[in-house]
Amino acid sequence: MIRVEGLHKSFGEQHVLRGIDVDFYEGQCNLIIGLSGSGKTVFLKSILGLHSVDQGSISFDGRILGEMGKKEMKSLRQEMGMVFQGSALFNSLSIEENVRLPLDFFSDMTLEEKAERVRFCLERVRIEVDSFGKTPAELSGGMQKRVAIARAIVLNPKYLFCDEPNSGLDPETAIVIDQLIHEITHEFGMTTIINTHDMNSVLEIGDHVVLMEQGKKAWEGRMDEVLNSDDTSVVDYVFRSNLFKKLRSALRKS
Amino acid sequence: MIYRFLEGLGQYFLFLGEVFHKPEHWKEYGKSFFREIELLGFSSIGLVAFISVFMGAVLTIQTAINLGDPFVPDSYIAIAVREGIILEFAPTIVSLILAGKVGSNIASTLGTMRVTEQMDALRVMGINPASYLVLPKIFACLVFNPILITFSMALGLVGGYYAGDFLGLVNTEVYLTGYFDEFDPFYVVYSLTKTFVFAFIIATVSSFFGYNVQGGAVEVGKASTKSVVTMSFSIILFNYILTNLLLQ
Repeated sequence: MIRVEGLHKSFGEQHVLRGIDVDFYEGQCNLIIGLSGSGKTVFLKSILGLHSVDQGSISFDGRILGEMGKKEMKSLRQEMGMVFQGSALFNSLSIEENVRLPLDFFSDMTLEEKAERVRFCLERVRIEVDSFGKTPAELSGGMQKRVAIARAIVLNPKYLFCDEPNSGLDPETAIVIDQLIHEITHEFGMTTIINTHDMNSVLEIGDHVVLMEQGKKAWEGRMDEVLNSDDTSVVDYVFRSNLFKKLRSALRKS
Repeated sequence: MIYRFLEGLGQYFLFLGEVFHKPEHWKEYGKSFFREIELLGFSSIGLVAFISVFMGAVLTIQTAINLGDPFVPDSYIAIAVREGIILEFAPTIVSLILAGKVGSNIASTLGTMRVTEQMDALRVMGINPASYLVLPKIFACLVFNPILITFSMALGLVGGYYAGDFLGLVNTEVYLTGYFDEFDPFYVVYSLTKTFVFAFIIATVSSFFGYNVQGGAVEVGKASTKSVVTMSFSIILFNYILTNLLLQ
């Protein structure tokens, strides 16, 4: 479990995170939703330790970020996997080398074992063997996202973070990526945190949903509670689009 | 302006501190080093060869025309061309050209990695991006630039010889003896010392600008341009300082 308590973060005069308390549970897809500029990405990067925080604490199964020694921090890093919005694959490396990089740095596996693990991860995200030697530029956006997921899970992490994994993808590919993250989370019992704008993701895979508004947690609940909630923040956020307004009134009528 | 300069200088040294962290996985750094040698070194051979041959040729033509006196032996032309190439053209001018080619490549590569979150990806994995991405580039430049400059000296001299012969400007036998007349090997040491310092400037200054890019594609371009300008200023300045220190 990842526990966040009283988190504050400012950039100069700009107070981006204003005291967030939330728990993210193991074996669940925890979704952070909110409008652009609500602080989602800063929040995610703070949890990852990419931004130092001004106040508050973040703990990973009791281990508090910032209070760990170098060795402990290094071992925690190996328990983390991250899928970036733009995939962040290394252009100079092939697909296979991209996925193998964390193993090259942090495992004592033999070359054969590494190759086997890389093949397993890439096949798990449905990448064909004949694409292993290609460079990221030769793949479609959806395939790049799948390779990024394979790289994120190659060290068998306990915590998986995804920053807008569906951005820039067509609706069909977006569903495939959502399902993949959901399956992997449940299969390996990971604590997964996903930043998203996509309501489809919320309704498909949101085991636990946190709504952020102006740097604060505005609401949290399960995916089935989202559509029925009377909370004004949720109603304002979810039912901005006409499609969801109609869906809500249809649900209410039924 | 002075404050901004000092602030930038301080950031540059802090960046170097981050880069020169002891690597934990030498093998991975080794692989990266050979990739950089290929990318930054081998890919420059053609350009350096082309420029060196023609600069050697032009130096010979200009010197021969300016010293076109029957009482000045052709070996003097060769000596002037040799000193020009070894002392200044190969180490300084070729380093300035490499600053444009290699330096802008480094700055734009690192800048793109920064804005596409590839550096964040390394940090999340527990890899120090400054050290992993920059250290191999520095060593590649320190190792390969002196080789390129030595190669440039040789080709400059060859280009000068053939230009003189082809255009009938010099007596080639006398000219060739001039290349070896009163040759001071320290000039090569001086030249390679400068090259070494310039290589360090090229690798670290371009990396500094690329590594600290914030924003998007426009900022990557700006950082690349800034890095080339700063490298050129630094190379010219250090050329003056080193010449004063080593040749006086």
